[in-house]
Amino acid sequence: MSKYTEDDLREELKTKEYEYGFYTDIKSDTFPIGLNEDIVRAISKKKEEPEWMTQWRLEAFKVWQEMQEPDWANVHYKKPDFQAIAYYSAPTSVDPNKTLDDVDPDLLAMYKKLGISVDEQKKMNNIAMDIVVDSVSVATTFKKTLAEKGIIFMSISEAIKEHPELVKKYLGTVVPQKDNFYAALNSAVFSDGSFCYIPKGVKCPMELSTYFRINQAGTGQFERTLVIADEGSYVSYLEGCTAPSRDENQLHAAVVELIALDDAEIKYSTVQNWFPGNAEGKGGVYNFVTKRGLCEKNAKISWTQVETGSAVTWKYPSCVLKGDNSVGEFYSIAVTNNYQQADTGTKMIHLGKNTKSTIISKGISAGKSQNSYRGLVQVSSRAENARNFSQCDSLLMGNECGAHTFPYIEAKNKTAQIEHEATTSKIGEDQIFYCNQRGIDTEKAIALIVNGFSKDVLNKLPMEFAVEAQKLLEISLEGSVG
Amino acid sequence: MLKINNLHASVEDKSILKGINLEIKAGEVHAIMGPNGSGKSTLASVVAGKEEYEVTDGTILLEGEDIEELAAEERAHKGIFLSFQYPVEIPGVSVTNFMKTAINANRKAKGLEDMPANEMLKLIREKSEMLEIDRKFLSRSLNEGFSGGEKKRNEIFQMAMLEPKLAILDETDSGLDIDALRIVANGVNKLKSKDNAVLVITHYQRLLDYIVPDFVHVLYNGKIVKSGGKELAHELEEKGYDWIKEEVNA
Repeated sequence: MSKYTEDDLREELKTKEYEYGFYTDIKSDTFPIGLNEDIVRAISKKKEEPEWMTQWRLEAFKVWQEMQEPDWANVHYKKPDFQAIAYYSAPTSVDPNKTLDDVDPDLLAMYKKLGISVDEQKKMNNIAMDIVVDSVSVATTFKKTLAEKGIIFMSISEAIKEHPELVKKYLGTVVPQKDNFYAALNSAVFSDGSFCYIPKGVKCPMELSTYFRINQAGTGQFERTLVIADEGSYVSYLEGCTAPSRDENQLHAAVVELIALDDAEIKYSTVQNWFPGNAEGKGGVYNFVTKRGLCEKNAKISWTQVETGSAVTWKYPSCVLKGDNSVGEFYSIAVTNNYQQADTGTKMIHLGKNTKSTIISKGISAGKSQNSYRGLVQVSSRAENARNFSQCDSLLMGNECGAHTFPYIEAKNKTAQIEHEATTSKIGEDQIFYCNQRGIDTEKAIALIVNGFSKDVLNKLPMEFAVEAQKLLEISLEGSVG
Repeated sequence: MLKINNLHASVEDKSILKGINLEIKAGEVHAIMGPNGSGKSTLASVVAGKEEYEVTDGTILLEGEDIEELAAEERAHKGIFLSFQYPVEIPGVSVTNFMKTAINANRKAKGLEDMPANEMLKLIREKSEMLEIDRKFLSRSLNEGFSGGEKKRNEIFQMAMLEPKLAILDETDSGLDIDALRIVANGVNKLKSKDNAVLVITHYQRLLDYIVPDFVHVLYNGKIVKSGGKELAHELEEKGYDWIKEEVNA
């Protein structure tokens, strides 16, 4: 389906230059490197957390110590030394009483580079920004509008203090502390992240958006996001990231938990552009993320992701379709170039009756990169009439990259209907010549072909995000023609 | 407009063009005819700058400038347009999006800003009406699932949008039924002016009833072996190519 029509022309927005690879020098309050119980306690204390939260972290830490780093993914890298990482870093200039006008000029300059200057935020109607720089939220806007609807959108640190009953009830219910090695680590040391609660029957009037940044050299970043959509509510959540150039590997192990109660819908969109390392494969972010959503009766969760960054990606946004008639969707574009490695996909766990899931995965490999899709469709014995449709397409550029597909299907109910389609194609010289002949240079031609290939997924993104994502695809594949 | 001198070209060391001389002036329509394998499509590709073809001798001048060293897109910026015999599919890229990208790439090369959306819309409306193209067609992925006729009409639509100085139509009539042929030919005729030129490459005389050439050339075995007026096309239609081959081989 090609949705770009004359109407889109009318609506066309000016695309922003997207930059990465800059570094802003901000004084940070960084803990000593290494990880032990004292550090976990210190993080909790620093954030003025209640005792239950400290205990929760310590439980996670205990579990983590017993766990092994997983090695089943199709990625190869030097394992991080977890004792060589500093586990807490916050810009020192944070003051909760500050208004946006008082924000550190260096930070403001950084927002500008990210294309999210304060001015722009105000102009961009319908988008509330909760900006995370390093680990602490420094500014939250549109809070009032949201508050009128009873919507809670704040940093998770604030939520732990202000809404402990909600955090306590839901934190770790979808991704338990012991879920996996990185989730356990995150549970022990998570620095900050976002919290969102949409009350019963409320349709969130704007896209909620968070920009994550890694800024401090050698600082691991451990985001924790918790989104709860109460019965019959709706929310669209956007998450976008860029990271500055760094010569050493940076670890990023986030956890995102989504809870869609009866008849609720959550749309979660991500544009991920962590530093992928340079053309020789040096540096770059390790992105080991656990994202999972739980659907109750008639609920729906949609994950849409555009993954262009990171040296190594390990990420499977999943849906647990617990309630009858619930729906899970996963739309993904994963681009790898140079020496990037990505092992990404989804898990659709069908537990309820008449549950439906859709998976559309588009992998684009260039350079010497390796791009793997790994997906699980599981239908439990009591999930009558479960349906899944999966489509995995790979596009290869050049002769030195790899595309791999690992689909797993486990069906324990014979009424299940599961479809899987897969294609692999290569950008043809004839396609490029055709574009060249119309005056389009090769670089632009590839961007056009790649955007066309990714259209089905790009169409699922909110408009503003789609424009940025398109730009990002182009930047990510720059210089991949040879 | 276009001056080709003693052009020799080969692909994978196989010599295909063996000394072509051709001059096309502004305002003229030339037709190149010839049997299969004589080098017609190669000539089109070489002029358009397809990389696989190596020019081993001779020159191609566009408005006096040697374009041999220019990349295909630079030649396009200078006003060369090729209507492909087999247009490729680009899934997920709509005709509108493709045209917008092409037009703005050409404008950028000339140091111009992107075409404003309203101007683009007006242009699209005007040109699609001229070629009797359903606007829904423009939202479809480029050439994907197009019939033979739709592909060719789309090529001429692109030509209309880009307004080239020199349009090369490579077997544009193949795959067209008589109604589509008439529409396409009418489009080309409307685009003709004293400032541009058209080079029609065709196997059959049929198209030349609609796009009437000023000159007809017969290409055989990599050389132009006969040139004449439009009556030459009729003669070829009547007598086939064998008599030309005999003449050459005699």
